[in-house]
Amino acid sequence: MNKLIFTLLLFSPLIVISQTAEEKGYQIVSKAIDADRGFGSSSVDLKMVLKNKNGQMSERTLSNKTLELDEDGDKSMIVFTSPKDIKGTSTLTFTHKVGADDQWLFLPSIQRTKRISSSNKSGPFVGSEFAYEDLSSIELEKNTYKFIKQDGDFLYIEQDPVDPKSGYKKRVAVYNKAKGYRLETIEFFDRKGALLKTLKYLDYKIYKNKFWRASKFEMVNHQSKKETQLFFQNYNFEVNLKESDFTEIALRRSSN
Amino acid sequence: MNKSQLIIIFIFFSGIFLFAQKDIIDISTEWELSRESRYFFDTPQFENQLNYYPSFGIQPTYKFKWNEGYENFIFSFYYNLDRDKNRTYYDLREMYYQKANNNWELNIGFKKVFWGVTESCHLVDIVNQTDALKSFDGEEKLGQPMIQLSWFLSGIGSLDLFYLPYHRKRGFPGEKGRFRFNNVLDSDDIEYESGREEFNTDFAARWKHYFGAFDIGLSYFTGNGREPYFKFDEKNNIQAYYPLIDQYGIDLQITAGALLLKFESIYRTAKEQQFFAMDAGFEFTFSNVDNNGLDIGVLAEYLYDERGDWALSGLQDDIFYGSRLAFNDSQDTSLIAGGIHDFETSSNLFTLEATRRFKNNMIVSLEGRIFSGVSDKELFLLFFRQDSYFRISVSKYY
Repeated sequence: MNKLIFTLLLFSPLIVISQTAEEKGYQIVSKAIDADRGFGSSSVDLKMVLKNKNGQMSERTLSNKTLELDEDGDKSMIVFTSPKDIKGTSTLTFTHKVGADDQWLFLPSIQRTKRISSSNKSGPFVGSEFAYEDLSSIELEKNTYKFIKQDGDFLYIEQDPVDPKSGYKKRVAVYNKAKGYRLETIEFFDRKGALLKTLKYLDYKIYKNKFWRASKFEMVNHQSKKETQLFFQNYNFEVNLKESDFTEIALRRSSN
Repeated sequence: MNKSQLIIIFIFFSGIFLFAQKDIIDISTEWELSRESRYFFDTPQFENQLNYYPSFGIQPTYKFKWNEGYENFIFSFYYNLDRDKNRTYYDLREMYYQKANNNWELNIGFKKVFWGVTESCHLVDIVNQTDALKSFDGEEKLGQPMIQLSWFLSGIGSLDLFYLPYHRKRGFPGEKGRFRFNNVLDSDDIEYESGREEFNTDFAARWKHYFGAFDIGLSYFTGNGREPYFKFDEKNNIQAYYPLIDQYGIDLQITAGALLLKFESIYRTAKEQQFFAMDAGFEFTFSNVDNNGLDIGVLAEYLYDERGDWALSGLQDDIFYGSRLAFNDSQDTSLIAGGIHDFETSSNLFTLEATRRFKNNMIVSLEGRIFSGVSDKELFLLFFRQDSYFRISVSKYY
């Protein structure tokens, strides 16, 4: 018996090596997703600072609520709180593991709810350097993966989007193995394969002893020289949201 | 202010005293100040009408939120000043108490509600009276007193029930105003079929759900019509009253990727009038065409109204077409251009609307509407054929 265990231990590195780079990449991303499971629901306030290539800045604030679902993708609601002319404009999104997400937009000035297309992946989110696809919840099925290298605790994974409407040929994401597989940076490559943007996750905090959340995202567009910073405040993992907080009725109410 | 309005206001203020004792109330305030200039470049059709209408609007909004957003009290008031004395008016846009608990939500007070999916005409949308003085497209509304009970059940959808105790009359331009008939309508003179007049108890209900790509709404309304019923007397002057109506509505949208298919239809019955009307069309968006965020949408809708020439909107056998540009920049620049063509009379209406934010709190919008080749066969539109205009408005938010 001891001999058997010894043999297994001896060969286990070989088993890992024999894994393809694709399998290893997939496995690491699964671990990262698993490490973040079980938060149930959360809410957070965001400040978005947009900087153009001349350094001129403009600001938006919004709040976000998320409900975690296992059988399908997460449900989320975004409410803009400034500039004042768009205050109360809100979106409700039902993410799906497979197929297009369902999304509704509420316009408070005329109290109108509109179902909107979620097929625009590559377009900018409210004038920022974040594309819609950069902000949607991470689902394993939406990419294929390739392990590139390990550098200390940092694991470099190439992610190739499955959706032909994605604005990227590939992304190179860096996961931190020692910190619950949290993301450290992502480099985005455009359809031609040229480096387009770099996203840095900064000032991490741990919540409920398990969930790592960055307090700041910094996205730099190398081609347009524009920048967007996202500041996260008031993370709340105790909100205890329910499905009834993610309905069209709740969407209307959220704008108040 | 009449008795029922006073009662409703009393209910509200008692509500405020109830919540005033709670500790955490999140209060937000917003003041919108807007300066508008409308310039009508054609010679007026009727005496005393003007060419240039500067106008000023003010809208303070106060919102009180507590109980983690499950309870709210909203107050929003609008005042407009214009050279046309009927366009100088005030309106209580919103003043209501809202309480939500799990799957249901209750709203009591003056409120705005929007139903429907189409862009050029809002057929099923009937709860609120249109603020016809404020906007041409029918999207501005007068506050409607109501008790609204909403209920959501997973797999069944949401149900909204409305008790509407009081009817708001539609406002019409005065003697100096554009978009008027040859005789000036005094909205107070327009009477009711109902013996209880504006106090007739109206009811409405709407069920709304979605199945995958399909969003569907079914609605019913009974009570005082929001649109007056018009007749011409022997002097060709317009006579009008608010009929008692029953209206059945359906709205449907299919969201197939970048293509949206839209359909709205109503059947309305009244003593002197039964008719069917519909609006069916599509919107397709080419997104991020320049890799810089530009979205280009193309839209078209066919409009039919069984009333024919008697359709107040004039949209009895018409096509609406247009294109929407959204730049998705930090100033939210957008533009929509299009037109409506009448197949029967060949009348045309061309429209252009553009908006952009400047600084952090100023919105500038431009609008142009041009009536072209308005046929002599038009019943209502004929009165407006000299009313093409350009409008610029600057709104500041504090």
